[in-house]
This record gives sequence, C-alpha cells and structure tokens, in this order.
Amino acid sequence: MSDALPPRPAPEPSDHGAPYWAAATEHRLVLQHCPRCDRLQHFPRPWCTECLADDLDVVESSGRGTVYAATVVRRHPNPAFAARVPYVLALVDLDEGVRVMSNVVGCDPESVRVGQRVAVGFEPAADGTVVPVFAPADPGSP
Amino acid sequence: MAPLVFKTSGTGDPRPVGSIPATSATSDDPSPRAPQRTTLDTAIIGIGEVPPRRRSDGATTLDLVARVARDAMLDAHLRPTDVDGLLLSPTFTGAPLTVASMVADLLGLRPSYCDVVDVGGATATGMVWRAAAAIEAGVCRSVLCVLAEGADPRSGIHAPSWPALPNGQWERPYGSLGPNSGYALAASRHAYEFGTTDEQRAKVAVDQRTNACANPTSLFADTPITVDDVLGSPLVCDPLHLLEIVMPCFGATAFIVAPADVAAAGPHPPVVLRGFGEQITHSSLVSLPDLTRTGIVESAGRAYAAAGVTPADIDLVSAYDCYTITVILTLEDAGFCAKGQGGPFVADHDLTFAGDLPCNTHGGQLSYGQAGLAGGASHVTEAVVQLRGAGGARQVPDCRLALVNGNGGILAEQCTLVLERGGA
Repeated sequence: MSDALPPRPAPEPSDHGAPYWAAATEHRLVLQHCPRCDRLQHFPRPWCTECLADDLDVVESSGRGTVYAATVVRRHPNPAFAARVPYVLALVDLDEGVRVMSNVVGCDPESVRVGQRVAVGFEPAADGTVVPVFAPADPGSP
Repeated sequence: MAPLVFKTSGTGDPRPVGSIPATSATSDDPSPRAPQRTTLDTAIIGIGEVPPRRRSDGATTLDLVARVARDAMLDAHLRPTDVDGLLLSPTFTGAPLTVASMVADLLGLRPSYCDVVDVGGATATGMVWRAAAAIEAGVCRSVLCVLAEGADPRSGIHAPSWPALPNGQWERPYGSLGPNSGYALAASRHAYEFGTTDEQRAKVAVDQRTNACANPTSLFADTPITVDDVLGSPLVCDPLHLLEIVMPCFGATAFIVAPADVAAAGPHPPVVLRGFGEQITHSSLVSLPDLTRTGIVESAGRAYAAAGVTPADIDLVSAYDCYTITVILTLEDAGFCAKGQGGPFVADHDLTFAGDLPCNTHGGQLSYGQAGLAGGASHVTEAVVQLRGAGGARQVPDCRLALVNGNGGILAEQCTLVLERGGA
C-alpha cells in the first residue's frame, strides 16, 4: 500500500549516523556501542558521551521493544506525511535499553497503546533509503 | 581506572591523550558546586509590550524592537545613554550575525555588554539572571532585554536546519511535528502514568481564557471558551486539541534590569529578582529519560532555595504555556502539587486572576498569543505588572511574590525566577 504514497523524506545521515542508516537498507537495526564502556547510546554521536572514546562500533538490536509514548498525528505540512495521516509517532524503548523515535504501523492508529509490545520492520524512503519502523508484536512473542 | 587511550579520527593509530579521572557524578547532579548566589540587588524597572497581533501589517522585527525598546526606556525613565547592556533574542526568521551591535547602534546605545541569548522559550527568564549576573559582576548597570517577532523577508523556521542535528536526522523521516508531536508524546505518557484526562488539561485553557478576557491586549480578549469547546476543537496530535496549542503571531516584549539604586530612583515599585535557576536536560526527546519529569525540578528548586521561599508563599504563577500539558508539568515540578497530581490539581483549583492560585493572568501564551520568543517574555512582564499592582481588572489582590518559568524546546530548557515587589 505504501508504494502508492509519496515516499518518506530520506534521512540525512551524519558521519556517525551513517552505520545506522546503512544497516537499515539491509533490514537490520543497529545501535551505537562503546567497546570501552560496553554501553549503548542512541542517537549515535561522534563519540561516547561517557568516556569520549571515538572508536565506537555497532551491535544489532533484537528489534523488540515497548511503546513508551505515542501520539496520532492528524495533520502535517509535508505532502508525504499529509498522505499518511492519521499515523502514529511513538517513542519506543528497545529491549536493549535505548529509546528511539519511530512510527507504529500495520494497525489502526487509534489502537496503539503506551506499554504495548512492538517489533521492528522496515519501510522504503526517498532516494533508495530505508527507515526502521515498528508494528505490534505477534501475540505470544517476547 | 586505567588511563583512557584515544585514537584520532581518520587515522588508525591509537594516540594517548592523558587520563581522565573517574567521577562520581550522577545524572541528577552532574556538577557538584557551591550554592548558587542569591541575586538580591537587581530588579526589573521598566517594561514594554507590543501586544500580539495575527497580522504583521508589514512591521519587521527591527521595527518592533525599536518600538518596544523605546517603550521600556520610557517606562523606566531612562534614556539610551543610561543603558549600557543589551540582550536580544533570536527570531524564528533568523537574525543576522552581529545583530546585537546593529540594534545597539539603531537604539543609540553604547553598551559594555551586548549579546544574543538563546535558551528557546526560556530566553526571557534566562535574560533576567544573565543581566543580573552581569550587573553583579560590575560589567554594566542597566540592561535592556528585547524579544521580538516581526515579518521579515526570510522565514528561517522553514529553512533547512543542520541535517545532522537530531531533529533532522532522527525525527524528520518519521513525520515528527516538532513541538506539537513532542508535547503530545509527553501528554500521552502523563495520561498513561497518572490518568490525566483531556478534561483536566482543557481546564487550563479555559481558566487562562477567562484571564485573557480581562486583558484587553490579549489576542482572544473577547472569546470565552468552555471545556467542551476545547474538547470539540480538532485533534492535532492526540491527545492535544487545537485549543490546547499556542497560536503563532507577531509582537514584541522588552524589559530593563538594573541594580537596586537605579531601581529605587525609578517611577515604579521595583520588581526584585529574589532567586533564579536554570536547567537544560536534553534536546532530542530520546535523551530525556522521563518525559513526565522536567528540569523545572532543578530550576525551580534553585530559585526557591535562593529566595528562601516555598510554593506556599507564591501569589502568582507565570508559567510558560506553549501547551496545556506544559502548565500541568510546571505546577508539579515547581512543587505546587505532587508528581502526577497536576491533572486533579488544575481541576480542583481556580487558576484565574480571582482564583486561589492565579496562573498566567494575562491569558498565557495560549490566549494572549505567542509572538516568537517574545511570548515567553510576556510571562515576565505580566509578573511585573501584577507585582506593581497595575493589573487593572485582572489584578491579583496583594500580589507580592511571583514564580515565573520559561520553558524552551520540548521541555528541554528551563529557567525559573522568583520575583518580589520591592520598596516600602
């Protein structure tokens, strides 16, 4: 269905954000990791905000999380999003312990609840880019 | 802990740059320090206001700056030669480099302190303590603070932002609406954790509209509203309705901060800065661990401690209100009620100028209007008006102590003041 919609705007990666978006094109969700502190941080930054190390790597996320907060957006000036309203903008707490902003898709927007379990999926955006989004997790899954 | 070893970006070679001692700092108190000084000897001695209007009528930001700066100097009985400090706000349209000295020249000032202050919606309250600190440091004596939003040729808020910033890279692909969706997320979380209802949030907008109806210069002076009106207005970002959201407009605000001796010679009761506190917690929403707990806990806590007062002493709350939920969070975090009780609190208390906890007696930005960063400054000037006893039909009886909070970004930048009516 989303093929019929104008594409989402492409993310404009910074140097340190590029691994996240590159992984998304392979349908992988990765998180920035400091090997010295063994600590995750999101959003990705030029260095670890704990120890200033700049030799950071990434680890793959389970892609599972819990909705921390959610809103149904009902109007938007950008045509790509105006074509998608109403849609859910949410903050998702990944099981690895970091929070991401994303959309919850694949369900009635008004049915999304704070505390709901969700799992990552991937949607195409402009210029061949891909953005991680979330959908309600299958019942019975962790 | 072993010394840290760093590599230089762009090379593969590890490069030792020395060791950094481990700290015991916690996120709640990242920089243990001496108690913040109380600024007892400065006051707000003059104010100016170009009331909000929906149409610019061609007035540029500079037009408004000039007009409102003159009003503030006239109000304080000061001439340009008496003013030796100037603080300007940024504008949504994007002010040029060296704008502060350009404006100083335009106004006929020759300042020893000149700057642009940007803590978002907390800029006005942030200016008050920066001016006071500069005065206490002996840098200058009378600081003119000007915040204005006019119609300028370039509209910077729609221009491309730095894409690498969190909002460009991590929010834009998801259709974030910036503040509208950000505050909606905070309201969603508050409702989830504490059961805060749409009706409770709507009560904030209704009481403030009652205040606006007693303020002839407010944008919505002639249009009372009910809870049903708020809940019947369109949802913009659930759970926030249109009437829970500020309306952008044009206007300007100015005030002058000066030391006690200058204040004593002025024509008005001085409005003394008794305490202040500032706290920046995040910019991106993913960096704020708890969306229902703001830096107002710290900023108001420091302001109360410096002033030696408690919430029970406050006669007027002038709380930045870009959205209804902002007022509820402010009342909680500034200690007027327990965390999570803001909804029942606003439902059970009368926030009008005649009520038991007068709040945003000019109408708040929700009903007075939000002229860019001048909107936040209206909370400062309204406190000055009330503490002077010049509130007319909306005067709070025996108003002696006010709490003013500025809030920037999405609950990101907080700066709180305690102001007191000075003089006999």
